[in-house]
Amino acid sequence: MNKQITLLLLVLICVFNSYSQDTLQVVKVISKNKGLQKSSKITTNTTLVTSKELLKAACCNLAESFETNPSIDVNYSDALTGTKQIKMLGLTSPYLMIAEENIPSVRGASQAYGMSFTPGTWVESIQITKGAGSVVNGYESISGQINTELIKPINNIPFFLNTYGSTDSRFELNTHFNTTISDKWSSGLFVHGNTRIAKNDMNNDGFLDNPLAKQINILNRYQYYNADKGWVSFINFRYMNDKKQTGELDFDPNRDKETTNFWGSEINTERFDVSSKIGYVFKDMPYQSIGFQNAFDSHNQESYFGLNFYNIKQSSFYSNLIFNSIINNTMNKFSAGLNFTYDKYQEFVNVSDYSRIDNSIGAFFEYTFDNASNFSFIAGGRIDNHNRLGTFITPRLHLRYNPWEKGVLRASVGRGKRSANIFAENQPLFASSRSFDILDTNGKIYGLDPEIAWNYGLSFSQGLSLFGKKADIGFDFYKTNFKNQVVVDLYTAPAILGTHQVLFYNLNGKSYANSLQVDFNLEIIKHFDLRTAYKYYDIQTDYISGQSERPLQARHRFFGNLGFETHIKEKGKQWKFDFTYNWMGEQKLPETASNPEIDRLPVYSPSYSLMNAQITRTFSSTFEMYIGGENIGNYKQEKAILGSENPFGSTFDASIVYAPVFGQMYYAGLRFKIK
Amino acid sequence: MKNVFLGMMLLFITLSTQAQEEKNKNAKYTIDVNGNCEQCQHRIQKAAFSVKGVKMASWSIETHKLDVTLNEEKNSINEVKKAIAKVGHDTEGVKATQEDYDNLHGCCKYDREETAK
Repeated sequence: MNKQITLLLLVLICVFNSYSQDTLQVVKVISKNKGLQKSSKITTNTTLVTSKELLKAACCNLAESFETNPSIDVNYSDALTGTKQIKMLGLTSPYLMIAEENIPSVRGASQAYGMSFTPGTWVESIQITKGAGSVVNGYESISGQINTELIKPINNIPFFLNTYGSTDSRFELNTHFNTTISDKWSSGLFVHGNTRIAKNDMNNDGFLDNPLAKQINILNRYQYYNADKGWVSFINFRYMNDKKQTGELDFDPNRDKETTNFWGSEINTERFDVSSKIGYVFKDMPYQSIGFQNAFDSHNQESYFGLNFYNIKQSSFYSNLIFNSIINNTMNKFSAGLNFTYDKYQEFVNVSDYSRIDNSIGAFFEYTFDNASNFSFIAGGRIDNHNRLGTFITPRLHLRYNPWEKGVLRASVGRGKRSANIFAENQPLFASSRSFDILDTNGKIYGLDPEIAWNYGLSFSQGLSLFGKKADIGFDFYKTNFKNQVVVDLYTAPAILGTHQVLFYNLNGKSYANSLQVDFNLEIIKHFDLRTAYKYYDIQTDYISGQSERPLQARHRFFGNLGFETHIKEKGKQWKFDFTYNWMGEQKLPETASNPEIDRLPVYSPSYSLMNAQITRTFSSTFEMYIGGENIGNYKQEKAILGSENPFGSTFDASIVYAPVFGQMYYAGLRFKIK
Repeated sequence: MKNVFLGMMLLFITLSTQAQEEKNKNAKYTIDVNGNCEQCQHRIQKAAFSVKGVKMASWSIETHKLDVTLNEEKNSINEVKKAIAKVGHDTEGVKATQEDYDNLHGCCKYDREETAK
């Protein structure tokens, strides 16, 4: 049956390829002054992050581009790889749909490091949607959706160069070339390279604070645009090779791999992607279009963490066919279509083989009502058939109402379902002496059941005039309720003293994540903006050892950002200043009470604050330089690696990271453009 | 299962071929409509949408022009003008009655002299 479906789909693909099509919802990129844009006219709780905002952080890759944004929390995932993990509504990135130009990108094998595989300079804008989100791209998102738009060759500058260097000895080089091939075709070639060449150990524990790294990342894209006929298309080819080495300072991979001489780790990832989009907007009917997207990617990670070997290769095919039109008039719009996903995993954890093939096929329908003034809603549903998740329905609803001027009330509810890739998502735990124990055996995914959650959201924001200054205030309340969850248990004390473990099991009881965010933004004077947010998280799960808050999650967080820029003078001369402050409340830490006293951590981490700042000097419209500092207060986690004296011993754990390991870091860079 | 896909395919093909053949289903008009503000915009568009066959209606506050896409099999552009005049806004060709004009909100009371042409 599955084979037949695949075949039929292939036939459809061929038919449609030679026939017609569109890119999906064409995202309008408004190059206004504001770095973060929230429109009161859109139905979902979406923030648009423009390229201007992205320039505010050191921002080497997508994972690092959210530091000036209160909707997303950036965490430090592990002491070894230094990869930043993001959270939204208190849930980690596996619970988000992360897409690149509406094609799901960070999923499955790429979950842990995927966001660091998109260089920051390639990004044109990012849309962050809190809550359930649209059903168009799939059923997996639970707490939100992040869609990244890359720069488009057609309206980008012919040449761009960016170099970057920092005191943690990381260097980056970005070059973009864009050319017009004909009046309808244009092409872009983006080349990114980064490297960290020196070993850093600021806390003198004998371990690298951040990995030695080497990445080459190349994207070649072709854009076709024919306004007369209504055809648009993109074809992308991409290659990425990323190598990281970390562990003890004296570790030499050639000599010490697979031995206990020194503890070390290497993570090598190679990716190859091809994707295409083709869209057709019907003549005389700008509201009616058809779009067809296809993506193939191959992701191959080969890695070891001390004596733990982990290899995963994922070959995926994704296809999405969408038809957009209206019912009677443009107040009633709809999208309907089909998705197909195929994933072949070849996954090896030490000697265990977890290889499998997943596939799913689904149909969706989404209706949008907009009375063109103060009320709109989006009601969507999809039905999917997945070889492990079964056949299921995903309903989602979003509402927006403007009760009075500058006031927006939004509500949303939706369901999400996903299979947890427990090893890929919890890779940092390999850098510990923990054994991985799966307690359930009857489920179809590593013996576990699919995760199912409902997300409910309510938000209100109001634009104000405060002493004649522009301001706005917002309240977001979201609740995620898990029907089932794959619980990652770091609390339950080991049965045999002196051993360590991480347990995976199906939720038995309750699990929820409540989050409240209060925002206040003020334009102090023209070009001088203040952004503040307070966030409260109450995230509780029933573990074997009883109900507890999730580990490494602060209950309270405070965020502040000040941005100032001077007026643009002749030839585009300008100064820009940016300062970000983050305060993190105490976080509950995994169980370490069974360790000998020197390798114990307190139950809660201390609270701490971080400060980042950047100054940009634009000399002309084609040349600018920037310098900045991260973690200027030089806050460092006291004990980043447990049992670092004996890395092959039973107390070794490099996965408990609640704060920066490296301390303060300064960087400088330049940008050069040819227009 | 298979039938569902085939059905969807057929639907797409039918929809697209239909749309390309019958042009008068998507007749485009740009007409002058008098008004001032955002409130007027909502009222004008709402009135236009109330006419059967109007697929798209967008009035610009700057230019005072209304872009309409209309299925002429269902109604003529004159019906759209009448509907807009009924809520108090003068259009080229069809004027609002004094009574309907007087019912407009204060800020929407556009200068009627302009419409003389």
